[in-house]
Amino acid sequence: MATFPHRHLIGIKGLTEQDITFLLDKADEAVKISRQREKKTSTLRGLTQINLFFEASTRTQSSFELAGKRLGADVMNMSVGNSSVKKGETLIDTAMTLNAMHPDVLVVRHSSAGAAALLAQKVSCSVINAGDGAHEHPTQALLDALTIRRAKGKLSRIIVAICGDVLHSRVARSNIILLNAMGARVRVVAPATLLPAGIADMSVEVYHDMKEGLKDADVVMMLRLQRERMSGSFVPSVREYFRYYGLDAEKLAYAKEGALVMHPGPMNRGVEIASEVADGPQSVIEQQVEMGVAVRMAVMEALLTQNQEALA
Amino acid sequence: MSNTVVLNNVRIIDPSRELDEVGTIIVENGRIVAAGTDTRNQGTPEGATVRDCTGLVATPGLVDARVFVGEPGAEHRETIESASRSAAAGGVTSFIMMPDTDPVIDDIALVEFVLKTARDKAVVNVYPAAALTKGLAGEEMTEFGLMKEAGAVTFTTGRETIHDTVMLRRALTYAREFDAVISCETRDKYLGANGVMNEGLLASWLGLSGIPKEAEIIPLERDLRIAGLTKGRYHAAQISVPESAEAIRAARARGGNVTCGISINNLALNEIDIGEYRTFFKLSPPLRSEDDRMAMVEALADGTIDIIVSSHDPQDVDTKRLPFADAADGAVGLETLLAAALRLHHSGHVSLMRLIDAMSTRPAKIFGLDAGTLKAGAKADITLIDLDEPWLVSKDSLLSRSKNTPFEDARFSGRAVATYVAGRLVHSL
Repeated sequence: MATFPHRHLIGIKGLTEQDITFLLDKADEAVKISRQREKKTSTLRGLTQINLFFEASTRTQSSFELAGKRLGADVMNMSVGNSSVKKGETLIDTAMTLNAMHPDVLVVRHSSAGAAALLAQKVSCSVINAGDGAHEHPTQALLDALTIRRAKGKLSRIIVAICGDVLHSRVARSNIILLNAMGARVRVVAPATLLPAGIADMSVEVYHDMKEGLKDADVVMMLRLQRERMSGSFVPSVREYFRYYGLDAEKLAYAKEGALVMHPGPMNRGVEIASEVADGPQSVIEQQVEMGVAVRMAVMEALLTQNQEALA
Repeated sequence: MSNTVVLNNVRIIDPSRELDEVGTIIVENGRIVAAGTDTRNQGTPEGATVRDCTGLVATPGLVDARVFVGEPGAEHRETIESASRSAAAGGVTSFIMMPDTDPVIDDIALVEFVLKTARDKAVVNVYPAAALTKGLAGEEMTEFGLMKEAGAVTFTTGRETIHDTVMLRRALTYAREFDAVISCETRDKYLGANGVMNEGLLASWLGLSGIPKEAEIIPLERDLRIAGLTKGRYHAAQISVPESAEAIRAARARGGNVTCGISINNLALNEIDIGEYRTFFKLSPPLRSEDDRMAMVEALADGTIDIIVSSHDPQDVDTKRLPFADAADGAVGLETLLAAALRLHHSGHVSLMRLIDAMSTRPAKIFGLDAGTLKAGAKADITLIDLDEPWLVSKDSLLSRSKNTPFEDARFSGRAVATYVAGRLVHSL
């Protein structure tokens, strides 16, 4: 029987193709559970899940919460925001306090890269990275992969164009690693100011023009552009950005017919994506949300039940 | 106890005389009487403590020109006393203490405080560096003349860069009258301002903001031009990329009286050591690529880089046990400086003579310290080294109050087996 030999999920880096397939298969099962009338199982009954969010996120946090509840776990949400940081309590102090309450899994989001890895070293339970700075957001990449696999039937040899603010995006990094591990071809399309140093060596094809970058793409994955980066610091203005890098019907027409349109949310309509496309027939943005719950159920089940004996 | 020490059968490496020979060192009343092969014939003075040093190397005591101490203000990290014990254990007999304390060393009273505390508590020589500007704020000049008279050996911006070129010009011009050395860090205020490690592929994968090389090179080239304009004595405290070494060469070719140093960390480590966000490797300047490191080793060997510093910077768990970007820069280094430098000797990249020069004779000369030589009559600061002794760094055995070493569990060959300050044994294995 397949196993998932990991205690934490800090990033896609470190997972094998088998690990990823294992999680996606499990998530397919979880989709069925979520679609039943009776959505609650007892898989994680008696276990405690704490969502520790240092950065506000309604979507990801509620997705993890629902995933835990559907598996029967007791879920507690801790939205730390900046309050404790102001009081001088460090990430580690907060984590140690929570650790003393004997949780079985900590779901962590933090604005600093490496925060989840640091926590995992200090606490005695499993840690799931729900986004750490510009580093990784593994469950997002998994839910994206699941969405693509269910729509296209496979991940290998498909062309995925990741467009927009790759520089600051943990979603982009996790997706680049995952899609490469699964044999997909990855492109990034962005103005040069929104690409990290050394991007050409990150196993991607680099484009600065949407029409070229989208040509023959099976999937167009848009990234969110943070408001503070829109006006002058990284790109001159919203209208110029939308003109050259915003996804509208005209640019989408360059992609393969029936190409999927994806976005990790929340969307800036009229900035990186036009409503006609976001709400159009090729959009799978809502499916992504559904797959998010399923993937998180799969990850938690894998970490908390699958491998406990093996790791003990 | 006898005031006379005799070290027999010791390989003497004294860069001040370009001397490398096996002989005898005689020390009396804290001064070198003689050191060399000829000294063997002088006979052993009566009542002397004689030590057979067969297989060991004696060098002028090491001089570390860049050491951060937590006193005053952060004594839980390091005191002048604990830093001095850490220095002695590492074979360092003199160090220059950076003024980045709380309060900042920017006034005669504080210079005197450091000297008095050192006199009372320290087991090695401690030389204060004074702040170049009041409070290190980069705006008003401090009293160079008075502080130099009080004992400050250099004026520095500490961890900061001077951004105001007019300020820098005046400081260099004014300091000239007192023959004072101005030592500066160079990091552009904007370029790489949010950076936390070397810019490049590694930083990109880790999702960390990068510091491009240009952030160091641009202000350095500017500083070197101002040094040329003013004819002041400028010392670039820590360079980390070959383009900076190139800039120093060019400034010298224009006749500039400029010198530079490098942190041992940039000679011994590279950015890959950061691994998965290891904050003990978060340093300023950042660890660079392996190609850069090798080029810097060459620039050290050919003398472009004058001196090696430990950049000893004690940090506590409250400043280091944080996500990488939020953690403080810096690593302790007094106790590992020599051993890490000896790696360059063992690998055949830098001669022992040049290494000792860069860690003793050169810094003593640049900053005008009574150190760096084993000539007859000199103060008897001596480091006795076993070049090959294998040892493993364990943070628990460090004498520094802080344990933020990037060399935890490193295997080294060679260390100081004994350290003498003015003829007094202050460290012995």
